[in-house]
Amino acid sequence: MNWLSDEAISRLQLASALPDLGGTRYRLVERVGSGGMGTVYLAEDSILRRRVALKIFDLPDEQGELRARLLREAHVLARLEHPGIVPVHDAGTLADGRVFYAMKFVQGERLDEHVKRLDALSDRLRVFQRICEAVAFAHARGILHRDLKPENIMVGPFGEVLVMDWGVAKILRDAPAANEQEPPQDMGLPRNTAPHADPLKTAHGTILGTPGYMAPEQARGEVDSLDERADIYSLGALLKFLSGSGEPVRTLEGSESAPKAVAAISATAMAKEPSSRYASVSDMAQDVSRYLDGLSVSAYPENVVERAARLAYRYRVAIGLVLAYLVVRTLLLLWFRR
Amino acid sequence: MVEDTKIGGPSGKFPVTRWSAVLAARSEDPAERSRALEAIAAAYWKPIYKYIRIRWGKSNEDAKDLTQDFFATLFEKEYLHDFDPAKARLRTFLRICIDRFVANDAKAAKRLKRGGGAEHVALDFDGAEVELSTAQPLLSSSASVELVDDFIEKEFVRSLFGLAVEDLRKFCNSGGKQVHFQLFEIYDLESDGERPASYAELARKFKIAPTDVTNYLAFTRREFRRIALARLREMTTSDDEFRREARAMFGVDPE
Repeated sequence: MNWLSDEAISRLQLASALPDLGGTRYRLVERVGSGGMGTVYLAEDSILRRRVALKIFDLPDEQGELRARLLREAHVLARLEHPGIVPVHDAGTLADGRVFYAMKFVQGERLDEHVKRLDALSDRLRVFQRICEAVAFAHARGILHRDLKPENIMVGPFGEVLVMDWGVAKILRDAPAANEQEPPQDMGLPRNTAPHADPLKTAHGTILGTPGYMAPEQARGEVDSLDERADIYSLGALLKFLSGSGEPVRTLEGSESAPKAVAAISATAMAKEPSSRYASVSDMAQDVSRYLDGLSVSAYPENVVERAARLAYRYRVAIGLVLAYLVVRTLLLLWFRR
Repeated sequence: MVEDTKIGGPSGKFPVTRWSAVLAARSEDPAERSRALEAIAAAYWKPIYKYIRIRWGKSNEDAKDLTQDFFATLFEKEYLHDFDPAKARLRTFLRICIDRFVANDAKAAKRLKRGGGAEHVALDFDGAEVELSTAQPLLSSSASVELVDDFIEKEFVRSLFGLAVEDLRKFCNSGGKQVHFQLFEIYDLESDGERPASYAELARKFKIAPTDVTNYLAFTRREFRRIALARLREMTTSDDEFRREARAMFGVDPE
């Protein structure tokens, strides 16, 4: 056997790592990034002449487990046509045995990066509302994300917010809504997901998810009983991150720590017991919306002083005008009396 | 378009097994254990031999004996029963074992006595010596643990890729695809000064169409990857470990 030089090894590593796109409509442009199971490449669709992102598992799939998992993710995405969820275009198996799916190429940055450029809490909360909209839509379609975290949220150049990586999503209800289009059969997508094929639990019993963002019941491996409230817990952790635990923030009130109302929304969403959390993402988003509008939130019962302070802040312009009017009026009265 | 589906079984691919040499080394069946010894020694003897030569500063004769005896002892003493992939990578585990083995003077002294009855595998030490003289690795006897692990990692990849190239050569020869392998050898294995500049040049040299060069190279690279992964699979004990190792081997670590 001939000795392999470092140069030859590097060449073999590169040639082996790159996906074999021969026989497909895609031409490789560059590697974008890697995740837990696969790598995302920027590619050009030679037929439609547009750029797409190819998510490709790094290894050939000898038992079909990875294929089922990736195609399952594609299936989930195909069910979710929403501006906040990246659309999937195509799925299949490459000549080298690796499975892939093609999706819209999103140019932008991850939320954990983007948040560094958002100083104001109000701006961050508006991003959070967009995330809630996408997750609420998925819940309405019977799908849980189960891995919501800043790294899985992309913010585009025009402020569009996209919830990514539905690889461990759970399909609560298989039957699609009446107006929902089924993915075409020729994509080879699994239509039903057997309970044992739940991607949250690996073959070795390891629970997938992210500590700090994962609901306690999910961390305990109670896979079958998870519902929307597991995502609500993750959204609570996301809100906590956005309101200052991740990056410093400037609040509406001018302080640098999370306001009590926002902290309370986050704490309610992250309650240990699912029954103590918000019943739905919409309820949580509504509380955030109320905070942004200067209204009281259901998660935080105010005392009289806090209520007065909030109202004073909310109507600060009107109060300022009235006070200015009264001061001027008083000064004029004093002037004329003299 | 080249037809690549006539050799190597119904799918025309190198046959891939899910056999694990590391698990087989723990088997009660002597034949299975012997097969495991051969597979593990084939992949690891060179990195270990070079490691003993450089890190421990042993002569080539001493390093030969120590390498042979190490593998014999590894199986005789069932060291691999203690290997836990959750705690360390196999090569780190082997490095720790070899350090203990070499450092233990008493055991080293008994080496000759024990060597007679131990199971040895045929190893090309002369070839390894040539490799050591061809490219002196950046490792000294005082190198840090990180550098040592990097060295063993790199040598392991070199060893495993070397085995995969040999497998690929046999696979191509048995299927009448010698030109495929020659193209792969020239374009992917030669150093830059010796390889042709373009596919067109290769096409002229082998009197084939440039598109054939593309297809032949795609085929051999695909099969090389498959074979290398099959070899790696033998050195792992679980799917998770296999995936981690494969990502490291191909340089696609998660960011």
